[in-house]
Amino acid sequence: MMEIRTPKTGKAKRVLEKRAPKLVETGKKTLILHGTKTSATVSSVLMELYRLKKGGAIKYSRRNENIRPFESGGETSLEFFSQKTDCSLFVYGSHTKKRPDNLVLGRMYDHQVYDLIEVGIENFKSLLSFSYDKKFAPHEGTKPFICFTGEGFENVPELKHLKEVLTDLFRGEVVDNLNLTGLDRAYVCSAISPTKVFLTHCALKLKRSGTIVPRMELVEVGPSMDLVIRRNRLPNESLMKEAMRTSKDKPKKKEKNVDQDAVRGKIGKIYMPDQKLDEMHLHDKSKGLKRERKESKLLNEETDSKKKKKSSE
Amino acid sequence: METETETDQIYHIDVGNLLGFNPNHRFPSAPSSREELVKECLEEARKLVQAIANALFNFPSTETNDGPIVQLPPPTTKLPREKHVPRPKPPTKWEEFALKKGIQKRKKDKVVWDEQTDQFKRRHGYDRVNDDNDVPIIEAKATDEPGEDPFAKRLDEKKQRVGKQQKNRLQNLKAAEKAGALPSHVQLAATSLPISGTKSQPKKIGKDELGDVAGLAATSTASGGKFDKKLPGEKAPKKQGKHHKYLPVVAGRGAVNQEKEQTNNVLSKIISKHSHEILNVGKAINMYNVKKEKKKSGRSDKSGRSDKLKPKKDITKKPTNKAK
Repeated sequence: MMEIRTPKTGKAKRVLEKRAPKLVETGKKTLILHGTKTSATVSSVLMELYRLKKGGAIKYSRRNENIRPFESGGETSLEFFSQKTDCSLFVYGSHTKKRPDNLVLGRMYDHQVYDLIEVGIENFKSLLSFSYDKKFAPHEGTKPFICFTGEGFENVPELKHLKEVLTDLFRGEVVDNLNLTGLDRAYVCSAISPTKVFLTHCALKLKRSGTIVPRMELVEVGPSMDLVIRRNRLPNESLMKEAMRTSKDKPKKKEKNVDQDAVRGKIGKIYMPDQKLDEMHLHDKSKGLKRERKESKLLNEETDSKKKKKSSE
Repeated sequence: METETETDQIYHIDVGNLLGFNPNHRFPSAPSSREELVKECLEEARKLVQAIANALFNFPSTETNDGPIVQLPPPTTKLPREKHVPRPKPPTKWEEFALKKGIQKRKKDKVVWDEQTDQFKRRHGYDRVNDDNDVPIIEAKATDEPGEDPFAKRLDEKKQRVGKQQKNRLQNLKAAEKAGALPSHVQLAATSLPISGTKSQPKKIGKDELGDVAGLAATSTASGGKFDKKLPGEKAPKKQGKHHKYLPVVAGRGAVNQEKEQTNNVLSKIISKHSHEILNVGKAINMYNVKKEKKKSGRSDKSGRSDKLKPKKDITKKPTNKAK
């Protein structure tokens, strides 16, 4: 016995439609979680990440003991949360003796774990320890610049993966139009060694220069930390192919009725519907037929409305 | 998009994502002081941001109240999707039939001319054209049986049609679900287990009920369940047998001798019940007073309830016999 369940309120229907898979996707939401044990650094990193991503992130405050991203059975809770909150990126922080100050960044495809990367945090400096002129503080929800420096990001596969994940994490929404006055933050990632990445968040100062393009200056404002690559798991090939598929990859539909001719160029045929010449209405503007014209006009209108009724039924 | 700077380094720039990548910079493997390193990183990043901004500010911009707005190009770095591409819905049974027969969809007007009332009425909804319920007279046909109610028959037919339609809709949705293309606002849920033969649904037993049944089974053993092996997690049975509360034998310091009081109460009750001479003066006075007050206020207060709350019986109305 199956039952059809539809939402009874407009709001519920809109929420469901928002969560449905779309052809062109808008920004991904991030889920921020704690593990079994977290140190002070990890909790402050998670809190500050949440603050940076305020509009598109959900932070869970309880400890989650049964989430072990790299183990085969330990992902079920994560997938459930991802489905519940409609988040496809997650940041999981924990602290163990073997892996101190650990952060696992992961992505989901169709609410199943797609790929994971585990980094350790070193030399963390919190938001609050930076002093700067508050005028330049970046506003919430602005689109950031993302800068990667270092040959490591091209040569080392783990760093390449990290670059992709960080781009996804910091990107925010994909927009068509951008307001140039709303550019005020930049994320700086530099590969200082094949296993270490220096990550920091800066505010932008636009200074007047001679040309239309202002001179950009960076002021460190946000959290800064060193990320040490630990483990990673790349997505399997078939899943990656499916996830990378965009609507443009579909084979183009054959254009009908278009012919290319060397002599005439591009030609197409226009098909006209049958013209019933005896039923066409033409203006008879001769003065002599004025009265008859009026009467025939009235008659014509009646037949017109009757015809319309017939054709619509 | 690539840009060359004075030092002839090529940056990979993705303006759609505001992303810049400098693959050529080599950080010194022997790290200088932390501050120097940070400064170097920031300087490199600054160059990248400048390169992106150069491209960005050179786009044609439209002026609005909030500031100049530029049209961003689509991003060039490929990132994986969040969810699958929406799958095409399989055609419904009707759509297949229509395709086969060549039936075209015709747009229907919301308002239709009603011949009977000579006005335009809406097609669906309140006061609609050709409403099935509004037919005043149904003419009897030769094929009609004498005892049949044609109105009820019409209602039945409508119910059947609606039921058939619901069933078809369910089948279509099931086919869509199979193809993975269920519409986002619809959920199919199984309401009950499939019925096999004439077996009734097995009723789910709760934790407490199970415990009780286990206790019952235990007490039916020879030793009353005292030496049964307990499963992990099984709780000890609640006190079984008669529940008797015993009063303390020795009265505590300053405490009243409860047992003495109890027996005294019982005795006084027995004696007072069977002695007709003993008069409960207080009770007698109360009864007398109440009677006096009732007489004073009159006979209307017999029931003691306010008349306003009682439904008034209208005797002029005859009892109606609604036979349905």
